[in-house]
Amino acid sequence: MAEMRFTKEHEWVRDDGAGMVTVGITAYAQEQLGDVVFVDLPAVGKKLQQGSEAGTIESVKTAAELYAPVDGEVVETNARLKDEPALVNSSPTDDGWFVKLKSANKVQLATLMTAAQYKSYCDGLH
Amino acid sequence: MSGPSSETARHTPLYDLHRELGGRLVPFAGYAMPVQYPSGIIAEHTHCRTAAGLFDVSHMGQGTLTAAKGDPAALLERLVPGDIVGLAPGRMRYTLLLNSNGGIEDDLMATRLAADRLYLVVNAATKDADFALIARVLGAEAKLERHDDKALLALQGPAAATVMGRLSPDATKLPFLGGGFCKLGGQDVFITRSGYTGEDGFEVSVKNAAAEALARLMLAQPEVKPIGLGARDSLRLEAGLCLYGHDIDTATTPIEAGLAWTIGKRRREAADFPAAAKILGELKTGAKRKRVGLKVDGRAPAREGAKITDASGKEIGKITSGGFGPSFGGPIALGYVAAESAAPGTSLFVSVRDKPVATVVAPLPFVPTRYYRGT
Repeated sequence: MAEMRFTKEHEWVRDDGAGMVTVGITAYAQEQLGDVVFVDLPAVGKKLQQGSEAGTIESVKTAAELYAPVDGEVVETNARLKDEPALVNSSPTDDGWFVKLKSANKVQLATLMTAAQYKSYCDGLH
Repeated sequence: MSGPSSETARHTPLYDLHRELGGRLVPFAGYAMPVQYPSGIIAEHTHCRTAAGLFDVSHMGQGTLTAAKGDPAALLERLVPGDIVGLAPGRMRYTLLLNSNGGIEDDLMATRLAADRLYLVVNAATKDADFALIARVLGAEAKLERHDDKALLALQGPAAATVMGRLSPDATKLPFLGGGFCKLGGQDVFITRSGYTGEDGFEVSVKNAAAEALARLMLAQPEVKPIGLGARDSLRLEAGLCLYGHDIDTATTPIEAGLAWTIGKRRREAADFPAAAKILGELKTGAKRKRVGLKVDGRAPAREGAKITDASGKEIGKITSGGFGPSFGGPIALGYVAAESAAPGTSLFVSVRDKPVATVVAPLPFVPTRYYRGT
């Protein structure tokens, strides 16, 4: 599988090649949120800037924003999350992905945390 | 997204057990309490609706009220609108501590232990203020003994009676809203048939030192799993029950809150409770605003503070508690609306992240309650 990078906001970004990336939230994030009951995703074609709001995640107990981890244009959103938002909990880094972006900013991507860096970041939060 | 530190919070006697069970502890009313265990809020909620759940409610305030002479119920009635004098020994009632404006200082359960003793359970966040209020108003005529030495465990769900039948058969003879002293796990405990989930269930008051052993005994039963505050909230919301500090507070009256049923017949006739003239006036003419249940379209929960508007876009109230109802299968909420918009079936809108979402006034409870009604 392609390399994943991570943000301090607990998103993962997978480099799918050819300027394409897939974005979701991490296992740590879904665990903190608890049972996800609704996900609001951006429209296909929307151009996102790094750090801008890319969607909303509602769990039983709280709401959280999804932020664009890098600049890019939305080419696909995970349609399954409409009826099965719990995929975010059961499969956060696979079936529970949120959006795919094209023309993703490679320079920004390279500055995000590696898996090892993200693990120590999470360890430091406890 | 990580929870704030719970290091400064007080611990219940089950604190170590909550940690051992993987509970995520959060500060709540000054205590470190489990909001959920690893299975998560929806699984815990569903388990309580289908089997039995064990809740630590030891943060709540327990006390015994006695009178210098006579019946302490007559004294308590100076502060509440319920018929407490009329409670037979071993019977309990949900009632409200009222202020002089008719606002609700707290909601509580009052149980008559004997002709000269009442057992009270009040909310955690308000317990110090409640006990101070009772002491101040009743003065030397009453004595209130706090039970800070006792824990409170709630066993709730359709299998609660089966479990209790195995551990404390006497307790299963209790009627709904009845209480008595029983043996459970070799301990002397006080058990009531009550709870706040809409299910049949029991609350067990036990010495702090014995609480963990009793909790382990109940958790060892195949039907029982631990349930955190998150599911406690979704269960009571589905049951249409008020959460103090949210759905009712010092600025809401019993009539606005739809709690007129807590005002005893004798009390209405005597008009001898705080702000009786105002409250009975509202009862007669109707309150200007009313607490209602709301079914919210779609799947996104409408949460506390969300604005409620009518079809013309005019703001007519706010959500006071809202979330996702796992058994209901969608977002539900409680809130206050102008009386003319309070009838079940009224189409309204609620603002969810600044977008109006269609909602309809729904009869309460959202999920049918299954309190014990005898065999």
